[in-house]
Amino acid sequence: MSAREEILAAVRGALREADRTEAPVPRGYRTVTPPDVVDLFAERVVDYRASLTRCTAAELPDAVRAALGPARKVLVPDGFPIEVAGSADSAELDTFDAVVTTAALGIATTGTLVLDHGPGQGRRALSLVPDVHVCVLRQDRIVPGVPQAVAALDPARPQTWISGPSATSDIELTRVEGVHGPRTLHVIVVAD
Amino acid sequence: MPAFPEAARKALADTQLRRNLAHATGTIRAKREAVVGEVAEWEELRLAGAAIKDNTLRRLDEHLLTLEASLQARGATVHWARDAAEACEIVARIAHGHGIDEVVKVKSMATQEIGLNEALAAHGVTAWETDLAELIVQLGDDLPSHILVPAIHRNRAEIREVFRRGMADAGRPAPPGLSDEPAELAAAARLHLREKFLRARMAVSGANFAVAESGTLVVVESEGNGRMCLTLPEVLVSVVGIEKVVPTFADLDVFLQLLPRSSTGERMNPYTSTWSGVTPGDGPQEMHVVLLDNGRTRALADEVGRQALRCIRCSACLNVCPVYERTGGHAYGSVYPGPIGAILNPLLKGVGVDEQTDSLPYASTLCGACFEACPVRIDIPEVLVHLRAKVVDAHREGVPKPEAVAMKSAAWLLSDARRLGLAERGLGVANRALTRFGRRVLPGGRRALGRLPWPGSLWTNARDLPAPPRESFRAWWRKGGRP
Ligand code: SF4
Repeated sequence: MSAREEILAAVRGALREADRTEAPVPRGYRTVTPPDVVDLFAERVVDYRASLTRCTAAELPDAVRAALGPARKVLVPDGFPIEVAGSADSAELDTFDAVVTTAALGIATTGTLVLDHGPGQGRRALSLVPDVHVCVLRQDRIVPGVPQAVAALDPARPQTWISGPSATSDIELTRVEGVHGPRTLHVIVVAD
Repeated sequence: MPAFPEAARKALADTQLRRNLAHATGTIRAKREAVVGEVAEWEELRLAGAAIKDNTLRRLDEHLLTLEASLQARGATVHWARDAAEACEIVARIAHGHGIDEVVKVKSMATQEIGLNEALAAHGVTAWETDLAELIVQLGDDLPSHILVPAIHRNRAEIREVFRRGMADAGRPAPPGLSDEPAELAAAARLHLREKFLRARMAVSGANFAVAESGTLVVVESEGNGRMCLTLPEVLVSVVGIEKVVPTFADLDVFLQLLPRSSTGERMNPYTSTWSGVTPGDGPQEMHVVLLDNGRTRALADEVGRQALRCIRCSACLNVCPVYERTGGHAYGSVYPGPIGAILNPLLKGVGVDEQTDSLPYASTLCGACFEACPVRIDIPEVLVHLRAKVVDAHREGVPKPEAVAMKSAAWLLSDARRLGLAERGLGVANRALTRFGRRVLPGGRRALGRLPWPGSLWTNARDLPAPPRESFRAWWRKGGRP
């Protein structure tokens, strides 16, 4: 018998006596929503030691420039909504100082950005290798909690959920920002 | 591995270990409590998590077939492995097929369980751990001691030494003048590993969840080493225990709330990656998934123990366990330490096979803290008691275990009032005799007996035995209940 047949047979054998009817799953948690999602999102992002700016669409170019600061080589994925001086997707990610992307949505209760790597977000490695990540999120893309985010996302697309900068607590539980991912995460929330 | 009581004795004598552990478990416990307290619907989430996992396990064969079909439809190759050797064989074959002799790894309990690194080395393939703590463990030629913070038994000075000695042999050497500041140590790891990430052509990962309906794998992490491994190499192999399956993508909303809060005490871990097979132009273009049994179907067949397969490896039960807090992970002799290890190991390996595994169901006070903390409501004490009975049964044929003898004499004593009365009077005498063996005072002021002579020593070698009261309850009652 192949391993596949043998494992499936063992599973069936183990469950021979089991009651196979589905138990109901309580789903009340899906209806809980916090009051002001944008404020909560902003507060939780900062709690993760990321920095945050709120601005209008007209102020966005300046906000992006300010967030990028002294970065000289900047990656800008195709489909990023405004003009930013920088290069598009590159093979030599390691030589870039910063990257700017958009995000598919934000989660208020956890301060999480979700990238599904559509236009303006680039492939997965883009937001990973450079040391600074500036992420632009439209205010109306912020959902209250994890259930609403999962419901809105398409499982067929690869996703990267980002909550604050890369961090480790492996040495005596002392938190250190940035081991491999960007050490600096700057979130810009755009109104209207 | 020695049986738990013996291994625990060594761990208990290690003051550095005890200090690190008390600090770590205490800190994580407090963080966890704070963020769990924020979620009003926590209990409902736990019930939902347990119900989803139970439903899945009850129809595991169907969900596995769905998972296989959706993975294949998304361009992944699916392999099935009955045991550790078969799983390692498959991974080595994939590496050899591409002429690859070096792989990068995301921290994964399943690959540790099957001893993948050692097996690959025997096949001429070097596997580099990329999680910072796992790197410390690997370069120090050491064993992990906690699910979440595997190098918690090491302090910063030791880590600096491990890096200075080990990094040069493994690739980019540690920078000269490396201090023991955590930030500097992390920066050294960043440089050392970046070289490996950019060079590696193949990565090996585990998965926290595997979604049957969409063929989505999920990896939860915080450093970004996972994202490096999952996106930079050409070939990705994921070793996934068959219990990791959840039916639908929507079910993840429960587990992505339960896991980070229970595990690191954060609202969300810094990075979560999900992928469904191959995405053209983004990430590895060849993907393999190894579905691993290695005892899981044995655990599934145990109708009481089956619930252990709900485990999402958050490590919350370790951090609340009074036994783990004092002995640390090594004493459990397995990649699964603490309360979950005490039940999962015997369930996966079977009881009555080796002494070490059989000793694990006894490595607990049955206080129930693990059940309270467990995000998927695994009744660990219930399974412990069930497994103790199985261990005793397995030994019934041969020489009875001391516990069985003790229980039998206790039953004889307790089942007859006159016998009990006599014994209690005897205890008063014994007390005066026994206190001579030791003069320790337990927390709370009660006196402890020191080490008892054999066979009592089997108990007192690893535990304090409170001194019996000077007077029996019955004698005190007869006097009218006055001290
Ligand atoms: S048994 Fe429960 S608490 Fe322990 S690691 Fe597993 S899921 Fe977490």
